[in-house]
Amino acid sequence: MATVPADIRETTPELKVGSERREVPIGTRIWAPKNLIGLGFLVVMSIYFLTPLYWLAIAATKDNTDLSASVGLWFAHFNLFTNLGDLFTRQDGVYGRWLFNTVLYAVVGGGASTLISVLAGYALAKYRFLGSGLVYGLVLGAALVPPTTLALPVYLLESKLGFANTYWAVLLPTLLSPFGVFLTRIYANASVSDDLIAAARVDGANELRIFWSIAVPILVPGMITIFLFQFVAIWNSFFLPLIVLSDPNLFPVNLGLATWSFDPAAHELLTRLIVTGSLVAVLPVIAIFLLLQRYWRAGLSFGSVTG
Amino acid sequence: MATETERLTAPPAPRAAAARASNPRPRLSLSGIWPYVFLLPFLLVFIAFFVAPFVYDISQSFYAEKHAGGLGLAPPKVVWVGFDNYLQAIKDPGFRDGLGRVLLFGLIQIPIMMGLALGIALLMDSAITRFRRFFRLAAFIPYAVPGIVAAILWSFFYTPTISPITQALQSLHLQAPDFLGPSTILWSIGNISTWEFTGYNMLIFFAALQAIPQELYESARIDGLNEVAIARRIKLPLISPALRLGLLFSLIGTLQLFNEPEILKNVSGAITPTFTPNIFAYNIAIIQTNFYYGGAIAAILGAITFIFSFVFMRFTQGNQR
Repeated sequence: MATVPADIRETTPELKVGSERREVPIGTRIWAPKNLIGLGFLVVMSIYFLTPLYWLAIAATKDNTDLSASVGLWFAHFNLFTNLGDLFTRQDGVYGRWLFNTVLYAVVGGGASTLISVLAGYALAKYRFLGSGLVYGLVLGAALVPPTTLALPVYLLESKLGFANTYWAVLLPTLLSPFGVFLTRIYANASVSDDLIAAARVDGANELRIFWSIAVPILVPGMITIFLFQFVAIWNSFFLPLIVLSDPNLFPVNLGLATWSFDPAAHELLTRLIVTGSLVAVLPVIAIFLLLQRYWRAGLSFGSVTG
Repeated sequence: MATETERLTAPPAPRAAAARASNPRPRLSLSGIWPYVFLLPFLLVFIAFFVAPFVYDISQSFYAEKHAGGLGLAPPKVVWVGFDNYLQAIKDPGFRDGLGRVLLFGLIQIPIMMGLALGIALLMDSAITRFRRFFRLAAFIPYAVPGIVAAILWSFFYTPTISPITQALQSLHLQAPDFLGPSTILWSIGNISTWEFTGYNMLIFFAALQAIPQELYESARIDGLNEVAIARRIKLPLISPALRLGLLFSLIGTLQLFNEPEILKNVSGAITPTFTPNIFAYNIAIIQTNFYYGGAIAAILGAITFIFSFVFMRFTQGNQR
């Protein structure tokens, strides 16, 4: 897909006849009028995608008066540090607590569910055993049931068993990741060779050792992908924490921000803190996206090829 | 589900079978128990947080609280009511109101979002190869924004006193539309969903496009097909599994709509307690603490989502062959 400079194509006669010319994809000249329409479309879409976040970054530097009085897309009085200070000290620093809870839910839940999924996906990929078809069918079926649908039944059961409104109430349901099992199975099928496993068996390694010392190192990139998807899913989740938690000290940051925005009396007062709090809540996830882009793409392309 | 499993496992099978033939593995060796050991944690979690909640939910949905005395003086008793809760839900105008609204939403919003995602993916695949990394990133970043924050963010864009859109229009002496009125609110929510998920779908489509071998295009070019014809006749059929996947996730997401309307409720009076099926279920089960009726609604909603996904997959699979 290398771009061929326009002048070469136009000034070299032999390129205009014969099959070589056709090997150059039409439309590699970005400044051709036809492409300008496409380029314009991409630019407009990029503006659409990025403007709200740009606005958020600017708005987090304003006080309540400037939020409504000044031009939305440019700076007014620089109030960011006051906002941050107030954000982290309001209600005895409950926002910091929310951030801590979110990291706890996302890291512990994401890590544990990755391990559980990798064990299961590896078993489905590398062993033939009675019931493997059934288990795989259940995994696929469960992947079609969105967490939102599960949340209400999970809450009913948790409150019956008496652990609603605890850390466990949010953490334990996140351990289930059928999508992770599905991904591991594909990944292990493609990358852990049967010959390698057979050779290790001949050398006398037991199955657990084969898994830990041979399969896991090969599966690490796939595990990072699964962890990321689960981490972000937990970081962004709202419905489950909303219904199972009532103690603000256990809230993740999403739920905390939502309760601030639900508070009609304090809404005027809280606007700038909601804006600043939103920015702070978004930054870690965006940072992870940017740092680990290739793992995202790996996960998405797996889904697209096999789904 | 059985044919789906076969279809997904089909491609790697010959290679795996060949490997097994060269290294015959006894089927009943000491390793026979290991796959079950590896599966155990997953199965435990699956039973505890998938099977058990649904079983409990459904078992509760056959009960209701009834006042014995009729005047409400005696304490309520929990009695078996059979399918009454389900019949009540199906007849409930609130449930139908929400379901109708999300279906209308899906009918309009999903095609717009898919069209945008496909357009961006096709442009990046063939015509605009420069700045590709930037465009890909710009489109994908909204997906990193938690749904709640996205909803809060856009609610500022819809609130006249703060909105930069209103500001811009007013500076041009134009009347800004009311984003939060009864006739516009659904499409304001549609815009939030489109903003969040276009990039996600685009990346799925783009990854599939990039996996198509370049040689396939060459014969088409020799036959004189232009880029549009190549896109229509070669690319779209080849990425149809990705299109299916994107559509399926969008369909499921639409039926579950909750976060955005729940947040916009703060700034718009047009979000009713029956606005979407999930908001309806939340109001019955959590706000009114009617676990029995709420349990039935949750079960119906789960069943509807599953049936929609299942029918969709069957239907589109037939088209592929």
